[in-house]
Amino acid sequence: MPHDTVVELLTNQFDLTGARESCGQGLCGCCTVLVDDKAVSGCLSLAWFLDGTEVRTIEGLGSGDRLDPVQEAFIEAGALQCGFCTPGFILMTKKLLEQHPKPTDDEIRHFLAGNLCRCSAYPEIVKAVQLAASRSPTCP
Amino acid sequence: MVGEVGSNIGKSLPRLEAREKVTGRVEYVHHLRLPGMLYGKILRSTVPHGHIKNIDTCAAAAMEGVFRVVTIKDIRKIIPNPYYGPAFHDQPILADGKVRFAGEPVAVVLAADKRVAEEALALIQVEYEAMPAVFDEVEAMTSDILVHDELKPAATFPDLAHLRGRKGTNLALDFKLRRGDTDAAFAKADHVFEHTFHTQQVMHTPMEPFVSIADYKDGHLTLHTASQGPSFVRIEIARLLGLPENRVRVKVPYLGGGFGAKLYIKLEALVTALSMIARRPVKISLGMDEQFFVITRHPCTFTIKSGVTKEGTIMARHCEVVWNGGAYADIGPRVTQKAGFTSAGPYDIDNVTINSYAVYTNRPPCGALRGFGAPQTAWAYECHTDMIANALSIDKVEFRRKNLLREGRPQASGTPLRDAAIDRALDQVVECLGWNYPFDKGSGRIRRGRGLAIGFKGITAPTTSVAIVNICGDGSCALYIGTVDMGQGSDTAMAQIAAEVLNLDPTKIRVIHPDTDVTPYDMGTLGSRSTFHMGNAVRLAAEDAKKKISGLANELGLPDGSNEPVSGMLRRKYGMQAGNIIGIGSFIPDYEKPDPNTGQTKKGTPFWGVGAAGAEVEVDMETGHFTITKLINVADVGTPVNPKALRQQLSGAGIMQLGHTTTENMVFRDGQLTNGSLADYKIPCLLDMPSDYVNEPVSGAYDRAGPFGAKGAGESASIALSPAIGNAIADAIGVHLTDLPITPEAVFRAIRKVSGTPLAGD
Repeated sequence: MPHDTVVELLTNQFDLTGARESCGQGLCGCCTVLVDDKAVSGCLSLAWFLDGTEVRTIEGLGSGDRLDPVQEAFIEAGALQCGFCTPGFILMTKKLLEQHPKPTDDEIRHFLAGNLCRCSAYPEIVKAVQLAASRSPTCP
Repeated sequence: MVGEVGSNIGKSLPRLEAREKVTGRVEYVHHLRLPGMLYGKILRSTVPHGHIKNIDTCAAAAMEGVFRVVTIKDIRKIIPNPYYGPAFHDQPILADGKVRFAGEPVAVVLAADKRVAEEALALIQVEYEAMPAVFDEVEAMTSDILVHDELKPAATFPDLAHLRGRKGTNLALDFKLRRGDTDAAFAKADHVFEHTFHTQQVMHTPMEPFVSIADYKDGHLTLHTASQGPSFVRIEIARLLGLPENRVRVKVPYLGGGFGAKLYIKLEALVTALSMIARRPVKISLGMDEQFFVITRHPCTFTIKSGVTKEGTIMARHCEVVWNGGAYADIGPRVTQKAGFTSAGPYDIDNVTINSYAVYTNRPPCGALRGFGAPQTAWAYECHTDMIANALSIDKVEFRRKNLLREGRPQASGTPLRDAAIDRALDQVVECLGWNYPFDKGSGRIRRGRGLAIGFKGITAPTTSVAIVNICGDGSCALYIGTVDMGQGSDTAMAQIAAEVLNLDPTKIRVIHPDTDVTPYDMGTLGSRSTFHMGNAVRLAAEDAKKKISGLANELGLPDGSNEPVSGMLRRKYGMQAGNIIGIGSFIPDYEKPDPNTGQTKKGTPFWGVGAAGAEVEVDMETGHFTITKLINVADVGTPVNPKALRQQLSGAGIMQLGHTTTENMVFRDGQLTNGSLADYKIPCLLDMPSDYVNEPVSGAYDRAGPFGAKGAGESASIALSPAIGNAIADAIGVHLTDLPITPEAVFRAIRKVSGTPLAGD
């Protein structure tokens, strides 16, 4: 459909459920996807405009049965409760670690401030990011 | 029910479903699509109170792609009495001749494409005859403006029976508690203090908004719904349709958050009616903005009066608590009763009078939100406690300790305090805050303050949980329970409890999610009840299975203490991999109904929820801006079944309550909500998390009636947090704020008022 958003396209055409619409205003981060390596609110972007771009979703992380180290860190730190916001947080953490391989607490808080978790697993999310950063190959 | 804690209780296992959640593959109703499914979009009322003179649906129905437009007239043809609710049958499936709040569902458009349905909404013309409306709870107590013509209590609440048919009132429940002789004690008191507190309307804001799908076929209904109470949904929908329970199947996968919002009937009755009309599966998935019109937390006006001796003993307390229930009662009467019951606070007071009123107004409905009213009452009684201590120049901790309700002593209802470590929770906060060490409050522009608070709550009773343990032919084990895992980690905790009894690896246990055709009855995942109630049922079911295993061993003539695995025994019995061992457990706690005139009962609660909090703040005296530099939650949770998940539950509840304390507020103008979106209604983000944030269970706590000593913890950290922050702010600026939320503007106004230079309007 011409009016489909990125989230609708992913859900309805590809059966990918990782990007979810929650607030519908690009304010909560549940619908985060990476379009040409930029984090985008999938509930506000029209699917139409994806033509010719590369889209990465939570489903593209890890390989086969192997989880991405950020996903592993989220499990280990217990950085989730209901799980609805989790894919958005994990994708933003991927971006964060690309830009700041060893982020400070402050950098983590600011970078992820646009993602909302109503269960408020925030302390554990910060720990998960630190854990993933400490294991990243760019760290000594 | 004392049990020894073995290898599975007290272990911080990762959540069983963690992998599905980090890969985005976990199942929510949000994503479910059924063949032939239609989408419903809701048209909502634009006036807060009014008669509907006419609904013209012609243009919308004629729009290409619209399947049908539905109003209450259509629904009445299939459900002649289309009113529902857990306490009162007061809520129509769609507005029935009258609307009672702005945002109430009036009509639905059905279409295969949800955007078509959405567009068609604009073509429906509704003509209202506006009526005067009442929004304030105190005003509604005596107002001529009536939200409902007649009260219609549901049969499920015998204590509401006396309200049946009552006319000319907005009062949906009047809970009374009487202990001792309050008037005489006030007359003898050296000091009498009276303060009035207000709390605001806030919303649960689950990230997965309300969603339900109904699929009605040939006298049999299947509901897929994001609900915390599948058993209630089944019973109430069966009642509406006049069907036996076994014709209504309610399935619930994981929930994207609940917090008390997704209880009782929300969208379920509406999608059911729509599916029956359309003869197709129907899905309604709300937007975040619409959630504000479904269910919220009660605003509350609480006047609390205490008579105190000059030494600081509280002799008497009078509580007048008025709950703004909005247009439909939902579970509000229970909130009124349960929170009313503990509204005098966790203190040992000989003379107590409590009046707690549920009041209808023309606002969106209010129900349970993480605490069943306890956070609103604690805001009042714990700020009041500090205000009295200040006035008498007694240390606030010493004043609390002097009056504290201690183990074995009767609470205001006469129910003795049992396995409730209020004293130790306070001690741990005192320790963690360093209360007994000097504290630099500052003297310049930035002032510092610290505060603490304690609180408690009774638990909804009496309620039942039933569990089934099924051991298959190969020895693998499944647990059939109606508890809904909405993020609290119940799947993992329940597997740990079963594993503890059966000596199994909890990660190998399969927890079957609520499906009322399969899983047995559970009253609901609410009010901190699951670990205690369902935990006990699971434990009993596992013990029953264990008994049956040893019965089978006897039957097979195995020697005592044989190490033959269950799979081997079943193979011997059936000659192949076959059969099951089924263990069943059912739990209902001891309970005694309170006397209707005095609220007195010896067994008013299955257990006590206990929370204490501490806060340190820095306030900019020139702007009113403040920073919470340290925040502490301590809760008595009995034995933590999974300590990591438990701390996280406390921490999450604390941050949520931080939002309810400082930023969240549904703002209305003439009954119209003005900030119903995440753009204007601010819930906490990572930047709001205090830098020093501590969450601890009371160490060594144990509930003798709980499974392995455990009790519920979902609400404990909600109770005392707001007054701890309020008391810290007061410590810094020298005056108490009485209304929530505590905003920089409110703090600034208070600073100016106390310095004798009030702002305009104050």
